[in-house]
Amino acid sequence: MSKTAVRDDRTSRKLFDVKLLLGTAAVVALLGVSIFTGEYSIFSAEDGAQMFANTRIPRTVALILSGAAMAMSGLVMQLLTQNKFVEPSTTGTTEWAGLGLLVVLFFAPNSSILVKMVGAVVFSFVGAMIFFAFLRKVSLRSSLIVPIVGIMLGAVVSSVSTFFALQTNLLQNLGVWFAGSFTSVMVGQYEVLWLVLGVVVAVFFYADRLTVAGLGEEIATNVGLNYQRLLLIGTALIAISTGVVTVVVGSLPFLGLIVPNIVSMIRGDDLRSNLPWVCLTGIAVVTVCDLIARTIISPFEMPVSVVLGIVGALVFIAMIVRQRKNVR
Amino acid sequence: MSANLFTPDAQPLAQKPASVRANRGAGAFSTPKARRNYIIIMVALLMLSALATLGLLAYKNPMPFGSERFWLIAERRASAVTAMGVVALSQAVATVAFQTVTNNRIITPSIMGFQSLYTAIHTATIYFFGSAGLIAARNTEMFVFQLVLMVLLSLLLYSWLLTGKNANMHAMLLVGIVIGGGLGSVSTFMQRMLTPSEFDILTARLFGSVNNADPEYYPIALPLVLASTLLIYLNSRNLNVLGLGKDVAQNLGVNHRRHSLFMLVLVSILMAVSTALVGPMTFLGFLVAILAYQFADTFDHRYVIPMAALIAYMVLTVAYFLMQHVFYAQGVVSIVIELVGGIVFLIVILKKGRL
Repeated sequence: MSKTAVRDDRTSRKLFDVKLLLGTAAVVALLGVSIFTGEYSIFSAEDGAQMFANTRIPRTVALILSGAAMAMSGLVMQLLTQNKFVEPSTTGTTEWAGLGLLVVLFFAPNSSILVKMVGAVVFSFVGAMIFFAFLRKVSLRSSLIVPIVGIMLGAVVSSVSTFFALQTNLLQNLGVWFAGSFTSVMVGQYEVLWLVLGVVVAVFFYADRLTVAGLGEEIATNVGLNYQRLLLIGTALIAISTGVVTVVVGSLPFLGLIVPNIVSMIRGDDLRSNLPWVCLTGIAVVTVCDLIARTIISPFEMPVSVVLGIVGALVFIAMIVRQRKNVR
Repeated sequence: MSANLFTPDAQPLAQKPASVRANRGAGAFSTPKARRNYIIIMVALLMLSALATLGLLAYKNPMPFGSERFWLIAERRASAVTAMGVVALSQAVATVAFQTVTNNRIITPSIMGFQSLYTAIHTATIYFFGSAGLIAARNTEMFVFQLVLMVLLSLLLYSWLLTGKNANMHAMLLVGIVIGGGLGSVSTFMQRMLTPSEFDILTARLFGSVNNADPEYYPIALPLVLASTLLIYLNSRNLNVLGLGKDVAQNLGVNHRRHSLFMLVLVSILMAVSTALVGPMTFLGFLVAILAYQFADTFDHRYVIPMAALIAYMVLTVAYFLMQHVFYAQGVVSIVIELVGGIVFLIVILKKGRL
């Protein structure tokens, strides 16, 4: 899709350069701002240090992990489907995770966060597989129709969730749970999020193979890649990060869509050298949106998903219009 | 011969094709059997709808049939039945026309952001003015305001995205959906701040239900729906050509852009009326369009449109009758329809294998 697909194959050699260092420094500075932002002053109050350890640090870790993981899963999904408009929230994967969560809540209301997470991950895996199966079975005439169908799939799943929630009086809970927010992230609540670190590492490990998979099944098979297995692994990675992030934080709409597209717009499509940038940009976007969400109606706090939803929608529309201008 | 089978009040538009059909050699149906099947199915649908309508109006009416009090009760029930008729007509006709114009059988106009707009308007009303405000806002002005807002939004979309040099239907759809998503997250945020009782009141309004319809709205809603339906129906032949795709349509001398725009405007009026009247119904239109194409066994819109409308009416009346008198779960009618429609949607796309 991008014209700058393979601009310079030597970029893949240089994983770490000055720019990346500068970018990292900028993101670290941003995270610093995030740590020290809040109504509760951690310096003047008596138990400031405790608050700092119990909420600010977990919150920042959550920002880092979920930002990087969702940006990565967007990227993996785009490679596997060869479509730039795809990510967990435009393919219904997030909705599947929510349904899984709801099912666990219904059958075992007092289950631990780990059980909830397993439910969400299993359902997101099934959902992502259904979407891929659908893409393989259905021939599509336009790349734009893929997200349309994905969003409709999501609508079906969320109508099931709504029905379920309505019958069990969980409807408002569902809304609260679904709206992604870092407000409730604190010690004892967020630790499962560390799991997605594994996803990030795995994506780095599979980077080259995923790049090849991004060229299509035939080419990938021709160069000796076990495409089916990679598809399974990729789906599992997406499902784990979507499921875990949905359970701990909620849905982060459009994040996986904006970040990989911005990075590939600037840097081209070499996955291995882009990966650190995708991580960094993901963290940066989540952190900035979280800062906006926390300060705009201070002392109250908006869910970050509202800010992401609005910003993401604008970026998404800009992308569509851009694609419309350069005739495909 | 079949002209008198269609009773005027149930299906006023179905009279015309029968007379036209009589003098035509090459018909819309591949075989005489297909045409016979079409007529049989239409008659069966009519009888079923009439039965369900009668049931909705008269079943368990405590007063003896024919008495003055009986009619008073029937009249009140007739308001809900009218809403079903309006919704059936607008959803079915809009979906069939929309699918043809967008040249895609699996999408429905209701994903275009109308319901997000509806949700946003209602949530904002209860958020800023409380539940009293939401009840007070139940008047004709508000209804018209919603209609105008929805139609304006879609007009903006169409004119911006469909009239450029590289006009692209899919881009337009996606932009509509994404705007809807953005509005949706704003609504979610506001819903979060509501007290549980306010939220309950809002929920009742946000699920599509014919009980949301206020008879006060009918003088505005009915003419709009009937006129748009009539215009779409009269343009059936153009729709048949548009369905062949842009290039073919242009080759055949149809101004594709102008006709598409015209159709889309009518579709958005229909969808706006239906949504503002009873609330969102995402998959009803999809469900009936699929069924109509399946049963009608033709691509001619003069036959598909009436059948789709009749199926929609039948589905709604039968569903409400069953839920009211058999399962005693009237509140969830639309959700059940959504579920069935959603599942059918999944099955159809996976079985069909193309878009």
